[in-house]
Amino acid sequence: MFKRLERGGPTVRFRFEDEEIEAVEGESVAAALLAAGIDTFRTSPLGPARAPYCMIGMCFDCLVSIDGVENRRACQVAVAPGLSVRRQSGARRVG
Amino acid sequence: MRKVDVIVIGAGPAGMAAATHLAERGRDVVVVDDQRTPGGQIYRGAERNAASPARARILGADAARGAALIAAFRASGARYWPESRVWRVTAEREVSLTRNGRSETLGTPVVIAATGAMERPVPVPGWTLPGVMTAGALQTLLKGDGLVPAEPPVLVGSGPLLLLLANQLIAAGVAPAAIVETSVRPWAARGELSLVLEPVARRDLWRGLAMLAKLRRARVPHYRNATEIRIEGSRRAEAVSFVAGGRRQRIAASLFALHEGVIPAQQLSRSLGIAHDFDERHHAFGPRVDGRGESPIPGILFAGDCVRIAGAAAAEHAGRIAAISALRMLTADPALDAAALADEQRQLQAHARIQSLVDAVYPPPAMLAATPDETVICRCENVTAGELRAAVAAGCAGPNQAKSFLRVGMGPCQGRLCGPTVAGLIAEMQHRSVGDVGYFRIRAPLQPVTVGELADMQDA
Repeated sequence: MFKRLERGGPTVRFRFEDEEIEAVEGESVAAALLAAGIDTFRTSPLGPARAPYCMIGMCFDCLVSIDGVENRRACQVAVAPGLSVRRQSGARRVG
Repeated sequence: MRKVDVIVIGAGPAGMAAATHLAERGRDVVVVDDQRTPGGQIYRGAERNAASPARARILGADAARGAALIAAFRASGARYWPESRVWRVTAEREVSLTRNGRSETLGTPVVIAATGAMERPVPVPGWTLPGVMTAGALQTLLKGDGLVPAEPPVLVGSGPLLLLLANQLIAAGVAPAAIVETSVRPWAARGELSLVLEPVARRDLWRGLAMLAKLRRARVPHYRNATEIRIEGSRRAEAVSFVAGGRRQRIAASLFALHEGVIPAQQLSRSLGIAHDFDERHHAFGPRVDGRGESPIPGILFAGDCVRIAGAAAAEHAGRIAAISALRMLTADPALDAAALADEQRQLQAHARIQSLVDAVYPPPAMLAATPDETVICRCENVTAGELRAAVAAGCAGPNQAKSFLRVGMGPCQGRLCGPTVAGLIAEMQHRSVGDVGYFRIRAPLQPVTVGELADMQDA
């Protein structure tokens, strides 16, 4: 969906589902996934697929599970080596 | 509880200007901001972008202006807390926030809230599909992460930001597939001709005309007065369809950017119980704040676009106005810096007049009445316009009662993305003004906070 303007710079590797994603240090998880061509981040509790809408932490449509913690806003979390990011299906589990 | 002289919430132009002014005068200032670097949305990533020739060429003078502001802020001695989120502010000026995975509460005699703006939600059928974002989101990806669309996007809506984004995309080599404008009234500027001649306005006007010229040179298809907009697609967005020039048009693309202007971010001011007035011309709520940035709650000040949209240049003046008011409170000298305050207020007023010109040319969308029943208005809870209309017909009195009817506004975004639409639709059905209908009651926590973060609360 998106491409990078510049090449180079330190990179970071993390996992999305069973895929390894190479990101640029400092970018958000949402940006890294969009640059990797991923366009479904979650399914809403009522079913439909969703992806980032606002990118500034307002819409909560980029919610993913990061290292086992659900309902994290992918646009508000910076990539870090070894993160395990998963799609969130439906409402978050409580507890 | 730790105490500081002033807590500034938000490191955009207003927050940075306020903090710089105060820290340069020896005050202990903490600036809390959710981003990794200062700048706010408008100057997101400005330090890096000004230093990169590829990005500076696309972003123009804005990155340079932002970088200069940030340099002054960083040199001022203000304490800057990035990646930190304020989730509660009380009338007693206790500020609770989360940073580094822990929560803490600070005490202060003065809070300056500079929480900025958000894009007005654009509820059209299909706007929840992957592949539909806001124009601001595309800018965020460009400024913050150096990302541009892989394929030409379609820009849909109204407002100067849409033109700016189109120009930036052209400069980045990804000219939009089309611009579909909903409501533009360039002739409305005629009534404000005296305003156009003001020096500050002239600069903005030239910039606007240059942007339109660039758009024409790039031969971007430009549709005007488009209505009945819908995004089509099943699993993701595939096309936009609309009526323009008397017939229905359809443009296929993989990315669509919606925009209908920006409105004050009101979660924080609402949570404090401050009265909000509905500005009919700008079609948005804003907290009741006086010309010195003071709210009805002593020691709680507001600055910049979170009060009334007037843009980044205006926000710097508003920030310094709030800083002078803060100094007056801290020194108990109500006449401090009177000349400087008057000068800043004069400059802020000039920018506010230009904004009124922008509001005239880009009127608020009159499309709520035409919003089809199947349109999702609450993205979190998937509540449609038709469901809200049915609830109002069944006696639902206002936005807060709509929550118990439909759960509208009760999802993770806490009503940020449906509040304006819910108030607008209810006002239309009840033939009342939006100001009279009011808004959701907003309560802390204003940001998600985990029980673990609360349990680790540092309260020393």
